[in-house]
Amino acid sequence: MLSDKLTSTGVADQSDLGQAWPSEDRLKQGPVVVVECYQEIPCNPCETSCPRQAIVVGENINDLPKVDHAKCNGCTLCVARCPGLAIVVVNAAYSQTESTVTIPYEFLPLPEQGSAVEGIDRQGRVCCQARVVRVLNTKAQGKTPLVTLAVPKGKEREVRFLRTAG
Amino acid sequence: MKAGEFLIIGGGPAGLMAALAASEFGVESLIIDENQAPGGQLVKQTHMFFGSKAERAGTRGFEIGLELQQELSTRGIKIETQASAVGYYPDGTVAVMQNERVWPLKPRAILVATGASENFVSFPGSDLPGVYGAGAVQTLMNVYGIRPGNQVLMVGSGNIGLIVSYQLMQAGVSVKAVIEGLPKIGGYLVHASKIARAGVPILTRHTILEASGKDQVERAVIARIDENWQPVSGSQSILEVDTVCLAVGLSPLTEILWQAGCQMYHVPELGGQVAWHDELMMTSVPGIFTAGDVTGIEEASTAMLEGELAGLGAAKYLKGESKELQCRIDDTACRLASLRAGPFGQKAREGKCKLAECRR
Ligand code: SF4
Ligand code: SF4
Repeated sequence: MLSDKLTSTGVADQSDLGQAWPSEDRLKQGPVVVVECYQEIPCNPCETSCPRQAIVVGENINDLPKVDHAKCNGCTLCVARCPGLAIVVVNAAYSQTESTVTIPYEFLPLPEQGSAVEGIDRQGRVCCQARVVRVLNTKAQGKTPLVTLAVPKGKEREVRFLRTAG
Repeated sequence: MKAGEFLIIGGGPAGLMAALAASEFGVESLIIDENQAPGGQLVKQTHMFFGSKAERAGTRGFEIGLELQQELSTRGIKIETQASAVGYYPDGTVAVMQNERVWPLKPRAILVATGASENFVSFPGSDLPGVYGAGAVQTLMNVYGIRPGNQVLMVGSGNIGLIVSYQLMQAGVSVKAVIEGLPKIGGYLVHASKIARAGVPILTRHTILEASGKDQVERAVIARIDENWQPVSGSQSILEVDTVCLAVGLSPLTEILWQAGCQMYHVPELGGQVAWHDELMMTSVPGIFTAGDVTGIEEASTAMLEGELAGLGAAKYLKGESKELQCRIDDTACRLASLRAGPFGQKAREGKCKLAECRR
């Protein structure tokens, strides 16, 4: 069931998010995919782009993607291939104090590696300061750059966008 | 200009796919398109497409358009641009106008893949400069590189409203809000989430009351509406915007089908008047096929598959049956059905069912 909040504002609720979040055990082991795709739409590039079969849509292309977090190694290949920009990779084991979130970011200017940006939540609100750890923009990504942000521990649950200063 | 055996009116996703599919079975096509470049709506679709690999999912719309054109030119299929079908005559002649000259073409089969036009809504101030259709905004930005304004109110939360809002933001335009009369967002929620996290409020159960300004739009008044679509008093708010963008649906462009005497039916689920067609997209007039938005408003991916079916249908009509052809037809029909199998395909499924019933 989709939450009313999601269907009326586009912002996922805790009840929606619960289905997508990996187990604490899996999070401890390092980078892992979070697929925030809750509505049945005819779409499956997440499945076809994953080399480890960690995401399965199956025969009916309208079915929701099913994720096996144990099979995922957090490679981020699927993130740039999802037309819904609904996939991120989180690394909750990045350091003692920080986690990372890798998001698709299709805006200019691209932030620079090492720069400070604002971490933005699903509703467009500033939720923390973030540091750009990596910017990846290869030809294979088809003009969907990936930005990896280091955020305070816990914020990897919230940060899904960024805003550059100024 | 030479018609060949199969004249395709409209070089959008449906028309281009039809030409490719027909050519696999030796049908010679000519595509005519009234725009400067073929591709139809694909030309301005900068987002990645949904669907599966066979429908080129994950590729951006305009790139799909370019890929298709490349394949067409490899196969020697001709496209005449800035050429409009201006009339159909009872003997099967199509009058095509290009460069102020009219060519009478008499093909053996025709595909009408003319697409759709944008709906409009009226409100006080809706005639002011600065009130645009979403398609026009997309053309300005993505084809001509022109920003339509600086602060935009988007009316309509279907996929077009959501996608154009996102593209406006990518172009550096501020989108103040997306409003929607229904209690739920109309388009894909993944598109809605993209603009929500970029800071755009999506306001369901809201309507525009008026736009005003001296020589052009300077502000818009919006309000919440109740179950009877009446504005709730005291809920008005004023948005400082210079652009109001309307994404309130599309209507099939059916003139040629009417002229050709195809049986037409009003099917609200498909967006208005559409021509009856069989499983291979042939209308009630033998040899006249139809595909894409003109047969019911859907997505580009379904238009591509309908076009493919129509191309195969034309091959069957012109060259006769074969095992290989039947295999291709079954495969395409199956992929089309699977795209429409989910909740977002429900309207189209119901509409197509009704349409099929109409002639029984
Ligand atoms: S991050 Fe890599 S391994 Fe994990 S689901 Fe995506 S593509 Fe598969
Ligand atoms: S590719 Fe993205 S939008 Fe499509 S089904 Fe997978 S997660 Fe959902």
